[in-house]
Amino acid sequence: MTTTQTAPARQARVAGSRRRFMTRHASWIPVFAAAAILVAMVVGAQLYFGHFLTPRLVSSILLDNSYLLILAVGMTFVILTGGIDLSVGAVMSFTGMMGASLLRAGLPSSVTAPTMLAAGALIGLGIGVLVQYFDVQPFIASLAGMFLARGLGFVVSLESIKVTDSSILWLQGTRLHIGGSGWYVTPTGILALLVVAAGALLLAYTRFGRTVYAVGGNEQSARLMGLPVARTKLLAYVVSGTCAGLAGVVFTAYTGAAYPLNGIGTELDTIAAVVIGGTLLTGGSGFVVGSMIGVLVYGMIKTVINFLGVDQSWTRITIGALLLVFVVVQRVIVARSARRR
Amino acid sequence: MDDAVPLVQVTGATVRFRSDTALDDVDFRMFAGEVHSLMGENGAGKSTLIKALTGALPLDAGVVTLAGESVRFATPHDAQRAGIGTVYQEIDLLPNLTVAENIALGREPRGRLGAIDWPAMRRLAGEALADLGLDVDPASVLGAHPLAVQQLVAIARALRADVKVLVLDEPTSSLDLDEVAELFRVIRELKARGVAILFVSHFLDQVYEICDRITVLRNGRLVGEYLTTELLRIDLVQKMLGRSAAALSERTHADGLDDPDASVTLSARGVTVLPGIADADLDLAEGEVLGIAGLLGSGRSELARALTGVDRLEAGVIRVDGREAHLSSPRRAMAVGVVYSSENRRTEGLIAELSVLENITLALQAQRGMLRRIRSARQRELAASWVEALDIRPADIDRPVGSLSGGNQQKVLLARLLALSPRVIVLDEPTRGIDVGAKVEIQNLVGELADNGLSVVFISAELEEVLRVGTRVAILQNGRVVDVVPSEGLTSDALLALVARPDEDDGNDA
Repeated sequence: MTTTQTAPARQARVAGSRRRFMTRHASWIPVFAAAAILVAMVVGAQLYFGHFLTPRLVSSILLDNSYLLILAVGMTFVILTGGIDLSVGAVMSFTGMMGASLLRAGLPSSVTAPTMLAAGALIGLGIGVLVQYFDVQPFIASLAGMFLARGLGFVVSLESIKVTDSSILWLQGTRLHIGGSGWYVTPTGILALLVVAAGALLLAYTRFGRTVYAVGGNEQSARLMGLPVARTKLLAYVVSGTCAGLAGVVFTAYTGAAYPLNGIGTELDTIAAVVIGGTLLTGGSGFVVGSMIGVLVYGMIKTVINFLGVDQSWTRITIGALLLVFVVVQRVIVARSARRR
Repeated sequence: MDDAVPLVQVTGATVRFRSDTALDDVDFRMFAGEVHSLMGENGAGKSTLIKALTGALPLDAGVVTLAGESVRFATPHDAQRAGIGTVYQEIDLLPNLTVAENIALGREPRGRLGAIDWPAMRRLAGEALADLGLDVDPASVLGAHPLAVQQLVAIARALRADVKVLVLDEPTSSLDLDEVAELFRVIRELKARGVAILFVSHFLDQVYEICDRITVLRNGRLVGEYLTTELLRIDLVQKMLGRSAAALSERTHADGLDDPDASVTLSARGVTVLPGIADADLDLAEGEVLGIAGLLGSGRSELARALTGVDRLEAGVIRVDGREAHLSSPRRAMAVGVVYSSENRRTEGLIAELSVLENITLALQAQRGMLRRIRSARQRELAASWVEALDIRPADIDRPVGSLSGGNQQKVLLARLLALSPRVIVLDEPTRGIDVGAKVEIQNLVGELADNGLSVVFISAELEEVLRVGTRVAILQNGRVVDVVPSEGLTSDALLALVARPDEDDGNDA
């Protein structure tokens, strides 16, 4: 008798806590989906290749994609407000060119790197001002920013500038070994992970971060609630621009040189990673951690395709297909929650 | 109370939108510890005054004083800091954030390093909700809750410890009776604490139940301020409308209901669109207004959508003038003269950013196809004639439709459909959310249209209205038309009994 009563009771409790979980954390579902895809890819690759999961290889995924990770964090802020930033690839390239030429002119890296960040922030601010005060569509405003940055890169130099500064190269060249089994991390990787952590904390625990979500949820409501909408939107673009500047530092270290044609299409890779990571393009829902998973999925696809030895164009095709799946899944989720209301 | 100093005093408030004056030299005052109601038709300037008072709109002229001091709020945030809490008419919360955040955002408890203290925030929000008698998980996402809960969360947000003035703009429109009672309990408590409450509602019963004082606005001007106990309802309505009560009397029904000679314009047999409606039959005569009455969830809107080609039939036949019509899309339905006005006028009807002119000519142009553009002189002439015929105010066809009041928006939507010269028009809740005066106008309009030979299906949740407008009333239950009764001689109580009658098919043995 008691067992027959407790079984349904337990069931009800399980159903209750499941419901509670859903009402609290529904926006995490796409992130879990991305994580599941990542795990499936890792497991699948290991089963297929047999020797895929080596510490060297896994470590290199973070190494090869740390600039993308930094860009994705900044992009997450902008997309959460309901905007988009197409300038990040060009800004990364421009700040890299500017930094490399400053270094060549003999400036120390302690001056150059902050200048690169500031330049990125300034372009971000410009885009933010266009969006907020001149009511320009984020797509157009950041497109203008992209052309500007790309052009400025060419103004600096039409040719590749080699970087010989030891502290910049140290960022990439140093391998900090973890344990003795071949795991390593570079300072650029640590930098990227710090940016992820900072972004996640900023979004979850500060007024600015929560206002970013509020603006993306409903700008008009956020304004009526007395939240600083204008300042928040500006700051989101500044964050993205600063991240692009930092990515410029990291990418310069990664390639050991700056080239004005670097980072063409990188903004689209970034957006793809963010969307695959479960951030809604309409704004208001998403997480930096999701974007990190999105970047790792992107990196995994590149690596697996390398392993298969087929043409790298398959990376794009796979990313495109995954992106399509995720956008459709998002639409379904949004449509469902709209129906519930 | 008149000797006391008002807590809020507004003098000479004027707000202009371009050339239009939305608020014209209005004086308004509120005392601490009173519930005050602002009354007026849609477009009278209630929302404008509220927005000016709460910092959402700047005053073009006039002074606001709070507790004797002159104040000027540049943003809603300023007003909130000064102790004016507001719940705007449209629920202005963020469905993507948690309940706790919606209550606390902008004044979150913060711990070390200025980081948001989530546990404390949840606890505070939980307490605020408990004050309102609401048991909701503060950590849940707001969008997961029904509208009524969201409404109460909005009120919880507006209530902060130092609130002096609480503004509630139509707070009860999505609440049921118990929830209204709960809200009134809270309002009385706040009143006892000395909070001045501005309660705006178009439910007269509620206004008379809770309010001490009433300020009436009309066309952006002040009509007067009255004590609730000294103002008869009929006088209040008269002051709001500015015309004698006689004009409000029911329209007389056109003769010839159930006239066997009247030809059937639209007939539906066995119409099924699961899960909404199953096996529904309906006949609509020429020049008839058929009211549809049913409880929430009985399939009222689903029936309307099925009849007008919005939803595809799973089974059944619809005949227009005796000929079978395959209404596979609204466009096909329009082509045979069946048009639909959705209950969601803002999202499924009008395009707020477009002008009255464009909204009116939209469907006609679409029907002609884009290659046969209506000349713009003809468009203007057409729109102007409808604006005049339906008495759309303000009579400015270039104004964006979103800036019109609800009643006038509904008229624009009607004008668009009527411009197609339809045979049958299906109106789903055409009077929802609009004021008494405009409501009566729309009802009378429907009657006139029917007298001119148009067949109308009129859907409304308000049974009185269905009875007043409809010549016959079809009663919906669980997606079936269970009965069609003539409305003459039927009282709303009798109709309610029919509508709420237990369904025999379900074998209800309780």
